[in-house]
Amino acid sequence: MKKILIELKDVSFQYEYTQALKNISLRVHEGDFLALMGQNGSGKSTLLKLILGLLKPMSGEIKLFGEQANHFKHREWIGYVSQKSNAFNSGFPATVEEVVKSGLVQKVGLFKRYPKDADILVKGALKDVGMEKYLKRNIGQLSGGQQQRVFIARALVSDPKLLILDEPTVGIDRENVQAFYDMLAHLNKHHNMTMILVTHDVDTVSDRVSHVACLNQSIHFHGYKNDFDTISEEQIASWNGHSVRKIH
Amino acid sequence: MIEAILNYEFLQNAFFSGLIIGVIAPLLGVFIVVRRLSLIADALSHVTLAGIAGSLYLSQSFAGLALLNPIYLGIVASVSGSILIERLRRLYKHYEELAIPIIMSGGIGISAIFISLASGFNTDLMSYLFGSVSAVSRQDLYVVMAIAVVVVLFLVLFFKELFVLSFDEEYAKASGLPAKWIHLLFMVVVALVIAASMRIVGILLVSSLMTLPVAAAMRLARGFKEAIILAIVFGELAVIIGLISAFYLNLAPGGTIVVTSIIILLLVIFIKKIVLKVSIKSKGEEVL
Repeated sequence: MKKILIELKDVSFQYEYTQALKNISLRVHEGDFLALMGQNGSGKSTLLKLILGLLKPMSGEIKLFGEQANHFKHREWIGYVSQKSNAFNSGFPATVEEVVKSGLVQKVGLFKRYPKDADILVKGALKDVGMEKYLKRNIGQLSGGQQQRVFIARALVSDPKLLILDEPTVGIDRENVQAFYDMLAHLNKHHNMTMILVTHDVDTVSDRVSHVACLNQSIHFHGYKNDFDTISEEQIASWNGHSVRKIH
Repeated sequence: MIEAILNYEFLQNAFFSGLIIGVIAPLLGVFIVVRRLSLIADALSHVTLAGIAGSLYLSQSFAGLALLNPIYLGIVASVSGSILIERLRRLYKHYEELAIPIIMSGGIGISAIFISLASGFNTDLMSYLFGSVSAVSRQDLYVVMAIAVVVVLFLVLFFKELFVLSFDEEYAKASGLPAKWIHLLFMVVVALVIAASMRIVGILLVSSLMTLPVAAAMRLARGFKEAIILAIVFGELAVIIGLISAFYLNLAPGGTIVVTSIIILLLVIFIKKIVLKVSIKSKGEEVL
């Protein structure tokens, strides 16, 4: 039986006037590569923020690695690549090395300096995403796709058990998206890294993922990718409220 | 100048205070600039003025407080201002910048009231506004040294967290960092540095020493540590050249330090442009 890394039971969340999520129940097992799909405003980012502890649910229960989310201390087990990384301040004077090393901040802990082997870990993480040549380059001088790889390296450097990526292909050229998914699939398969990939566009859900969850305030589908493929585009459109086109 | 420094205590005070401030102001300034908080330094300096004016008024009105060093109330005002700014920024989540004009105008308003109440001051208020080589006392120097120790300690303890917070606040929060507390501590340390710097650079120009050397450094630096080192080098250059010229030309050091910083910034921009043009030209020739 695979270990449950994330478990949500009847989770609801409401912003001041808007219900964002209603009775969400979801389990993510070790080794899953889950595409969490939903249109803009469907509550994807809210769900991620709840999982990451940035928001607290109005009702329901969230468990991370078997522990209640509000008591969960091992944040370094969860790597996070935010959507905002695509729009970071490109004038920030930081090298790729400095950005990736900052991914160790939680693992190292308060009042402590980076360990001596931090440089080796940084180089290893950059190698995993094919960016080892860019160690000393300024982050702002890289292309959108390269920057996104660096942010993934930052998430990988602390050797997380779970990687959450919020719309990671935004800003990446269409022809490089497949290579990007290949890299994620490699990490999933060879590093046994559980992944949650958030996307608003069904077109970008690659065959590389193992599971799909469709969200629009509540979960409409959660299952294997193969089962998702049997669902008609009309059905998905009715969940999303607009037409969709699936790519196989 | 060296002989004068050896002979006169007030020059020693000014020179050593200047050297320390030349390090700590740009050091914190790098974090202020990359976090787009430059105007907060301005707002805090005006709150510091309220503390200084209040202290000068109290020492004029009550004989028992005649010897009170205005830097202490300046520090209290500055630190209180930093905490108030943070509360206001949280209150107006979607209009965070509103905190700056509220605190800045509050600081100027309170200063104006104290200055009016005292019908002007015997002490040269100009030295607080634009800095003074002769006004730095040995006690001021000790306060500057103590604040420098606090700044260095704070950065040693929280450097990596501050970098993450500056680069990507959401990521910092998602990593479980106590972002709120670190930011509040940062603001308090900024307030301390502003209070420490005002004797040399002056209240109206103190934020420039936190931003101009950083602006020059950011034109050249590839990385964050490089930006910090360059900002300190430019800050020290500005302080040393500014203090020497203020001494010989009998000018307010705040003015000479800021003008030197601007000259350094313009030189850096000019040199970078030339280097870029030359490298583009040589690459073009290589292609041909």
